[in-house]
Amino acid sequence: MKTILKLAAAIGSALLALPAAAALKVFACEPEWGALAQELGGDKVSAYSATTALQDPHRIEARPSLIARIRSADLLICSGSELEIGWLPLLLTQSGNSKVQLGAAGYFEASQYVARLEVPKVIDRALGDIHPGGNPHVHTDPRNIARIATALEDRLARVDPANAETYHSRGKSFLARWQAAIARWEQEAAPLKGVPLVVYHKDFSYFINWTRMREIAALEPKPGIPPTPAHLAHLIDQMKNSPAKVIVYSPYNSPQAAEFLSSRVGIPAVMMPFTVGGTDNAKDLFGLFDDTIQRLLGALK
Amino acid sequence: MYHKGILAFAVAAALGLPREAGAQTQDELRDLREQVRQLDKRVTDAEQAAIQASSRPAGENALNPAVSLILNGIYSNLSQDPANFKINGFVPTGGDVAPPNRGLSLGESELAIAANIDQVFRGTGIFSVSPDNGIEVEEAYIQTLALSNGFTIKAGRFFSSVGYQNQVHPHAWDFTDAPLASKVFLGNQLSDDGIQLKWVAPTVLYFDVGVEAGRGRNFPAGPDGGRNKNGFGSVNLFTHIGGDFGTGTAWQMGLAYLTTSPRDRVYDDIDSAGTPVTNSFAGKSKLWVLDGILKWAPNFNPTERYFKLQGEYFRRSENGDLTFDTAAATAGGNQTSSYASTQSGGYLQGVYQFVPMWRVGYRYDRLNAGTTSIGLVDSGALTPADFPILAPYNPTRQTIMVDWSPSEFSRVRLQFAQDRSRSDATDNQIFLQYIVSLGAHGAHKF
Repeated sequence: MKTILKLAAAIGSALLALPAAAALKVFACEPEWGALAQELGGDKVSAYSATTALQDPHRIEARPSLIARIRSADLLICSGSELEIGWLPLLLTQSGNSKVQLGAAGYFEASQYVARLEVPKVIDRALGDIHPGGNPHVHTDPRNIARIATALEDRLARVDPANAETYHSRGKSFLARWQAAIARWEQEAAPLKGVPLVVYHKDFSYFINWTRMREIAALEPKPGIPPTPAHLAHLIDQMKNSPAKVIVYSPYNSPQAAEFLSSRVGIPAVMMPFTVGGTDNAKDLFGLFDDTIQRLLGALK
Repeated sequence: MYHKGILAFAVAAALGLPREAGAQTQDELRDLREQVRQLDKRVTDAEQAAIQASSRPAGENALNPAVSLILNGIYSNLSQDPANFKINGFVPTGGDVAPPNRGLSLGESELAIAANIDQVFRGTGIFSVSPDNGIEVEEAYIQTLALSNGFTIKAGRFFSSVGYQNQVHPHAWDFTDAPLASKVFLGNQLSDDGIQLKWVAPTVLYFDVGVEAGRGRNFPAGPDGGRNKNGFGSVNLFTHIGGDFGTGTAWQMGLAYLTTSPRDRVYDDIDSAGTPVTNSFAGKSKLWVLDGILKWAPNFNPTERYFKLQGEYFRRSENGDLTFDTAAATAGGNQTSSYASTQSGGYLQGVYQFVPMWRVGYRYDRLNAGTTSIGLVDSGALTPADFPILAPYNPTRQTIMVDWSPSEFSRVRLQFAQDRSRSDATDNQIFLQYIVSLGAHGAHKF
């Protein structure tokens, strides 16, 4: 036992001796927030994303490596609205890091800064795994990203006042480029208006709301419940009366159900990047929306 | 949408915007359209904000803690009578180790309440109601949120950090029952009244080290609620190390060392003449537990498929005095002499989710009775037949299970086990069980 304690003390003192000028450590629950923090902070922040586009953010194991990361984080950025309820509370209580606990300056919930869609009027588990605070996938609308960027810029400045100027100037530059990009995307996405589509999970609701597409069905019979043969059969029937033009799914979804429906109904199934890293072209936030719109337009040609 | 447009137009009109658009240049027209668009957007945003404001929970109810209720029920088909259950070769723990009753029975219902108390503490209470209507405090503790540099303090009653499975709530176990090693070394599951200090290292590789000091209210310290003394009845030192391999495998290893000083730790046996006797141990008990867990899922996404490999190895040495027949029910009763034993055991289990909702699992349990020397037998005062439960025997068990989880909140499991805990009979066990959770979304430890 003494050896273990000695070892712990040795590791501890070795790490306390690290230079204090290291970059602000950001723990992002999802890749989009890691990318946004990096846009706003540049080399002043080092962002770690707890998940990738290939993982379902609802269902993440509270792995030891995540506890280790959150232990040393200065700022935590998560979607919130109960998206991470199955794993984040555990990471927080085990981290021994007061800087990022709920209510601390280092705790940032992105969905708090935007108007949430699909706030359920009836809350019952028979309806599936619903989020009482509304749909948490707020980043699929670029206008939300702009609002969150403004809030995050202020938060970065508060957590790391020494670099406040950097955050503000980078924030201003990012927002200018972002607003220009939104104007461009809105033009490009104009043909999507009114297009009926089938989603896998309700994770594109904000995108659909922004582009004025029409979501007419979901492959999941209920949120969080994987597609069943009975439900797919029902969808095939439904498509006869009110056909959709495209089926979309995320990189973390199994493509089988979408491809099955696609082959039966004869409409394309498109894997959307969903978040940064979801496809090769979605390298950053700009690429995410470029690629999302291009993939949809390509499928509808 | 429609009325929003009208509203926006009305606002635009009220602001005194020129109506003779026909006379304006294209640029001004575009500006006007943009203004209307902006107003429309503002109205939309305001509407959404209003919807959210109204849907927010109001009043005292909003501060209610997370409450969840676990219900479970089981059908058991056992080839041996569970009332006669024993694990030969090992001192009975007084814990709840026997299989459930034959036939249909309700399992323990668990009520869990947890919330942040304030900016400094978080509180958790988990109460279990046994099918015969007894209520037990399973866990009730506070833990710190406000400490920094990786430190956490926990105080109250909690599952001891000794081994892996011990800290997992029974409803989250991958098999219906506990490993045999947990049954003989920890009395099924060890929860103690105490205080825990844990430190997580600021390294990318996960590393923690901690100490628990407890009352020693349960086996191995003693089955009777702990000794009447100041200070601590049990001390547990533990450490974990863990991380990721590649982009799909996560692992963790742990080591724990639990020391206790039991006094009057009694157990029942039957002497060579067939008289029921109560024996008692006093001395030192030292338990080492080494555990390892490995979880694989493609890209760490366990939605479709995952595999979980878990194993633990226990080694215990005890040294002290054993009193035979404390109540002097027999002629040779109430004698005390030395007692020393070194015993070990463990299990290895794998669980595989092969399609969403469906999992299969296999577990192998083995205990090694090791060496036990009883002074009263060595001196010839009594014979080994006076301590039949301690007669050397290596229990084993093989278990397979399949379970179906229609959502994260429910599970139905079918389990078969061939249990050779008794030296004289094999118990073929079939369990059909449901476990559901109502209320707050639980978060499960790695």
